[in-house]
Amino acid sequence: MADYNPMELMICVAARNLEDGATVVVGTGAPCAAAMLSQKTHSPNLCIMFEAGGVAPILPAMPISVGDSRTFHKALMASSMPEIMETCQRGMVDYTFLGGAQIDMYGNINSTMIGSDHAKPKVRFPGSGGANDLASLCWRTMMMTVQDAKRFTDKINFITSPGYLQGGNTRYEAGLPKGTGPYRIITNMAIMGFDEETKWMKVLSINPGYSRKDVQDNCGFELKWADSIADTDPPTADELRILREEVDPHRYIIGR
Amino acid sequence: MSAEVMEKNIELKSGVNKVFTDPDADAARAYFRGKSRALRPKLTTVEEVVRTMISDGDYIAIGGFGANRIPTAICHEIVRQGKKGLGFAGHTSTHDFQILSAGEAFNRCDIAYIIGLEARGLSPNARRYIESGKVKLTEWTNATMSWRLKAAAMGLSFIPARNILGTDTFKYSAAKEILCPFTGQKYAAYPALYPDFAAIHVHECDVYGNCHVYGASVSDFDLAKAARRVVITTERLVSTEKIRQQPEATVIPFWCVDAVIESPYGSYPGNMPYEYFSDEEHLREWLAAEKEPESLKKFMDKYIYGTKNFDEYLALCGGTEKMNKLRRIELLIDKK
Repeated sequence: MADYNPMELMICVAARNLEDGATVVVGTGAPCAAAMLSQKTHSPNLCIMFEAGGVAPILPAMPISVGDSRTFHKALMASSMPEIMETCQRGMVDYTFLGGAQIDMYGNINSTMIGSDHAKPKVRFPGSGGANDLASLCWRTMMMTVQDAKRFTDKINFITSPGYLQGGNTRYEAGLPKGTGPYRIITNMAIMGFDEETKWMKVLSINPGYSRKDVQDNCGFELKWADSIADTDPPTADELRILREEVDPHRYIIGR
Repeated sequence: MSAEVMEKNIELKSGVNKVFTDPDADAARAYFRGKSRALRPKLTTVEEVVRTMISDGDYIAIGGFGANRIPTAICHEIVRQGKKGLGFAGHTSTHDFQILSAGEAFNRCDIAYIIGLEARGLSPNARRYIESGKVKLTEWTNATMSWRLKAAAMGLSFIPARNILGTDTFKYSAAKEILCPFTGQKYAAYPALYPDFAAIHVHECDVYGNCHVYGASVSDFDLAKAARRVVITTERLVSTEKIRQQPEATVIPFWCVDAVIESPYGSYPGNMPYEYFSDEEHLREWLAAEKEPESLKKFMDKYIYGTKNFDEYLALCGGTEKMNKLRRIELLIDKK
């Protein structure tokens, strides 16, 4: 039995993908924890940004809202939503993290509704918020999510935020900025990237305790596989200690 | 690349939903021509503002970020006075949306983010309201709504941007694809948003409406310029001498502002940066009460319909003692 939970693993893996000197727009919860962990391990100069305007805060606690006062505590700048979004649009923001109710094989994400009638949704979710903006305009989009065959689907009800749209070159033909798109999907079972040409989701490594069959069985579409599938490195003792003691001591996020 | 795109003669798409407000820049100029820019005292009351500055059917926008620096008293009063048929800018809206939904105050909504309260979960009642089909919906995003307000603040009728293309968010918006006349690049064009009414909560302003805001400003400085009628609620009134000592700190100027209301703890139960933190306990009470329409009715009777004004609501919620507690959390003196 591993001495860490799936959320801790996903946060540690996500943190490793954020290099020093990069910029990242995060929301509350796991993405914020990953960015904080990254700062406290290998990327002290990772610049954390929040969509309501906070830039490079020294976070005293986990924010409840991406606009609350913690998001610009001792920050380098307390700016505005247009300031953050225009910085993304200019190509100055490297990473962002998104969540959603559904994701398809091209990394398109639904956080708007379940059902087929937009005017009278079966289940309504909050909508894009800043998700579409960040997915459209940041260079690399990542997602952290528990994996199951309902969430990973080829019948996405609504594309709230763009992945590679219909695959191939369709994202750029639609007019979205060149070179942007989904980068890593980090689940409890595996880490996925995207095939360079088809832009179809592709497994890169499998997490400790899971098999190739687990990963495919918990996905509603046929996954592609990298030529050599690595084993995901489990969280190190250092990563776990910092995550538990410094990033999320109240276990608001990792406790779940 | 530009010539290539031009030659292909590509089909330009449009979103299928409605623009709820008139983006016409000359119509806005005609309104603003008649708007007073006199440096005159504008102090008034919440009751008066909602009664005289909002008519049923108007399109309204609320400043701040959902449960951060919001003009709560105005939201309450809209519900208390039973305003109906409003249009609403669902831009970074959370607790404000929850209040207005509880009063079923609006019937059309521009959506960037609705029904949720971020990490706190979803509002059961706001969700029922939207899923009922009673509200006409047009999808947008946070950046798009910010830029629609920016276009209006600039006195324009539209603004181009590079997000939302190719998605269902575009399809169910009222955006249109356009090509850049210089490069041929495809953009989404967004109609300027000129709300009829906006309410913004600030830290300090003088009687004329010259405002100081500390912390993240969200879209409020553009909102103040974009809206036809603007009310400022403020934690504190300050003297105009104080404004004149530091003119570069004036982020909303008096000519945008029609009315000023002193409203201490005015963002409660939301967070007010550097002043007080959000009251998570009371926000949980809201969410719990919303589970059933009957319990929501009781809750609303107690806190909104049964109170005369925002002061009575603050007293019901724990008064000065509670506010002091929230200040200690905000200042990181206490953890909870």
